[in-house]
Amino acid sequence: MSIGATNARPFLEIKDLNVRFETDDGIVQAVTGSTFSLEKGQTLGIVGESGSGKSVTSLAVLGLHRTRSNAKVSGEIWLDDEELVTASDEQVRKLRGGKMAMIFQDPLSAMHPYFTVGSQIVEAYRVHHPGVNKKVARERAIDMLARVGIPQPERRFNDYAHQFSGGMRQRAMIAMALVNDPALLIADEPTTALDVTVQAQILDLIRDLQEEFGSAVIMITHDLGVVAELADEVLVMYGGKVIEKGPAVDVFQQPQHPYTWGLLGSMPRLDREVRDRLNPVKGTPPSLINLPQGCAFNPRCPYAGRNGDRSFTETPELRGDIHKVACHLPAEERTKIFQQEVLPNL
Amino acid sequence: MLAYIVRRVINAIITLLVVTAVTFGIFFAIPKATGSDPALLYIGKQSDPAAIEGIRQKMGFDDPIYVQYGKFLKGLVAGRDYANGPDVTHCPAPCFGYSFATDQEVTPLLLEDIPVTLSLALGAAVLWLVMGISFGVISALRRGTFIDRAAMTTALAGVSLPVYFTGLLSTAIFVYWLGWLPQGQYVPFLENPADWFVNLILPWVTLAFLFAATYARLTRANMLETLGEDYVRTARAKGLTERVVIGKHALRSGLTPIVTVFGLDLGALLGGAVLTETVFNLRGLGYQALQAIRQNDLPIILGVTLIAAFFIVFANLIVDLVYGWIDPRVRLA
Amino acid sequence: MSENLLEVKGLEKHFPITKGLFKRQVGAVRAVDGIDIEVKSGETLGLVGESGCGKSTTGRLFTRILEPTAGTITFEGEDISHKSVTQLRPLRRDVQMIFQDPYSSLNPRHTVGSIVSAPLQIQNIPTPQGLKKAVQELLELVGLNPEHYNRYPHEFSGGQRQRIGIARALALRPKLIIADEPVSALDVSIQAQVVNLLDDLQREFDLTYVFIAHDLSVVRHISDRVAVMYLGKVVEVAERDELYKNPRHPYTVALMSAVPVPDPVRRDRAQRDRVLLTGDVPSPINPPSGCRFRTRCWKAQDICATEEPPLVVRLDDPASHQTACHFPVVEDEAVAGRRPAAAPA
Repeated sequence: MSIGATNARPFLEIKDLNVRFETDDGIVQAVTGSTFSLEKGQTLGIVGESGSGKSVTSLAVLGLHRTRSNAKVSGEIWLDDEELVTASDEQVRKLRGGKMAMIFQDPLSAMHPYFTVGSQIVEAYRVHHPGVNKKVARERAIDMLARVGIPQPERRFNDYAHQFSGGMRQRAMIAMALVNDPALLIADEPTTALDVTVQAQILDLIRDLQEEFGSAVIMITHDLGVVAELADEVLVMYGGKVIEKGPAVDVFQQPQHPYTWGLLGSMPRLDREVRDRLNPVKGTPPSLINLPQGCAFNPRCPYAGRNGDRSFTETPELRGDIHKVACHLPAEERTKIFQQEVLPNL
Repeated sequence: MLAYIVRRVINAIITLLVVTAVTFGIFFAIPKATGSDPALLYIGKQSDPAAIEGIRQKMGFDDPIYVQYGKFLKGLVAGRDYANGPDVTHCPAPCFGYSFATDQEVTPLLLEDIPVTLSLALGAAVLWLVMGISFGVISALRRGTFIDRAAMTTALAGVSLPVYFTGLLSTAIFVYWLGWLPQGQYVPFLENPADWFVNLILPWVTLAFLFAATYARLTRANMLETLGEDYVRTARAKGLTERVVIGKHALRSGLTPIVTVFGLDLGALLGGAVLTETVFNLRGLGYQALQAIRQNDLPIILGVTLIAAFFIVFANLIVDLVYGWIDPRVRLA
Repeated sequence: MSENLLEVKGLEKHFPITKGLFKRQVGAVRAVDGIDIEVKSGETLGLVGESGCGKSTTGRLFTRILEPTAGTITFEGEDISHKSVTQLRPLRRDVQMIFQDPYSSLNPRHTVGSIVSAPLQIQNIPTPQGLKKAVQELLELVGLNPEHYNRYPHEFSGGQRQRIGIARALALRPKLIIADEPVSALDVSIQAQVVNLLDDLQREFDLTYVFIAHDLSVVRHISDRVAVMYLGKVVEVAERDELYKNPRHPYTVALMSAVPVPDPVRRDRAQRDRVLLTGDVPSPINPPSGCRFRTRCWKAQDICATEEPPLVVRLDDPASHQTACHFPVVEDEAVAGRRPAAAPA
């Protein structure tokens, strides 16, 4: 593995990623011009609602779009100095589950119902360690089950996914993802299907494991609370584009994009006094087949059109130093609106 | 698992009992209710009343229905004696009685037919499973391509064309025009395996074509659904090769519904493939049934019906057990 | 004091489990296992708890979609516990339900118009202005375009479908609406829109809500009173602010501390203060003896296993705050994140 000293490229670097799907209804522009990077030991939170492109981004990194003949991916994905968009299927397959692994939302449907949980973990291990015999792989799987906090791992090894509780199932899924010590772990809504107390356990587990293994983690979720728990950096996506990006503290304390304000305003929060009303974003998310001209958020933005009609004609670029935002509003005006109109209602 | 198996077996036995009761009721009680005398069917109207009465005594037609049914069941399981005084005829188990038309024991007649039907159904089944599943899987994997469309168009033709059309057409081509195959004649396997095989090729292909088409469409639909499942995505995310993803993870669950359909189809066919047997002049259970119906030969119809029911129930039982074996959720529930 | 619209006493619902060759009943899932609670006219009662706690079953018992195994349900002073379907017909006008999944709870083959008008037709409600007009008014009320009368559910987004479900529930001008996880399938921004809509409708029509959800923040926002459920029992009930400021039951405390707070600055403190429950919720087939939470409780003592704590006022709490715990959490106790901090300036 290369060390940063000789090479300036971050561990994971995504440059101008575009993902399109050709469907009968038209071209779905799932991700447009996404650019970000991530170092080992860091956690990146990707936030967005359904259809924002957050999950498609992760599928593209893992190369899982490759089996879909209607998918078109362009741009660059660099993982540890290896470019993945132009790499061969076989090259990407070898990385998948090895150097980069993924945890999915619903562990019940993400595990095969006909194979024991243990055998599925063994399978994941052996595909990347072809010389290893079954007995060793089995021990490794049992170790992993124990490591993620599953009691009686020898016995649970032979159980099927449906015999596990929701939380235990997600632990098993994590064991399966971590069995090959991945350097990059992508978690796509890993706690959405779980109860809060179980969610707290799983988030705790992911945090511990990251400390232990030093992997880079991408946490994809719609829940701002979950992101705030784990992420060092936050990426807010809307309509397939990154619209705000920055250190977690900045994004939560000084959110810049009106959509981010809307997301925060939509959430009732336990750490604040009860508000009379919530302040949601009006309207509904756009269709990825027919994105609005200019800024994709303009139909729902209360400030669109404030400074001429640029919002309706020109796509705003993601601009800024550490904390970047894609919005036509001038920085001072944004700050003023946030302080005077938004913050008091959060 | 044991409780599951025992429950299924008991279910099957109860189903068979009900089937025997209903069919027996229909075939024997109805003539009685309508006043037609089954004894007459055995020896003809011209016979003298004493002879008719003798038959009636011997066959027990005067007994109440439930006694007749009890005796019939006993005959099935343990064999029975038909007696009229010193005149005793023993009918060994499984006893289906005697043909109206020929006075022959029904059981040996049916036993003669079973190998024919069995040969036809099993051979065709192997063929249609192999063809149907492979075309279905290929279509699913190459969805929307030329191969997919070609396979599905052929399948549509297969589903739509009746056996008497494809059967006669293929006979015309391969037997009469090209002369590659002999004109169908069943040759028992033990007598001459090669002839058995050659003579059955056309019936097999004809019957298999019909089923393969359905199976290809079913397999394709199931595979497409399975390929969209989360666990298939997980399998890929683990870095498994496409061969393992498809061959192990997708196929295993994609083919499960096929098991059900296959069990039912095979079970039904084992009761006689009337059209195919008729077209190719194969004297199997279906052919026998057709003859019996023409001659109003109730005991034979009853026998064929019960054998068909037995095969269907048995096939269902096997399906249930296989299902439990494949799917732990069924087994462990 | 407002009167009680709905009252349940000793409410139980057990689903039988059968096993073996002859499907003998070998036990029961005790989904709801002895609940006493009342719903006051005009209030919103929040029912909160994790999956399997029996909150949805409770909702279904309230509407009498399910018949209780034991206990009584009284609606407006009338015992409806075991009424037949025909006898319940008038009740259906007064009590309506909104479901979680806006995709499966609307018949895809019916137009919005026929979905929303169905309750009116079934109950033979006269619509002086005409059925179509009545439905269009309802659509407008829930923020949908009345011209979409003839469209099918699949032409709408998730949030809009939930609005259709609300319009259907409103058609009969019910007194009580049971909303079972009405926003949990929706995107965050849409959730908030629907929550606001429910708020507005309550004000306009004097509705009483029972709001069933697992999301403590949403429940806090919308409810006047909140009942926390665990394994088929209500473990704590109180006025909203009282409950969230002063949770007494260790389970309530754990539940609240587990909710992630969208503020990375407070992350470390939140994590330090968090009460991490270990293990899984026990099976409702064989619930623990005594207090059901004791197997996961850090305060459990011997008495918890032998004696079931009644739901009563503990310590110096107000009469409306009842807790089923032998050792209620006191305010200065060193457990966690239970008091909301004042909003940062």
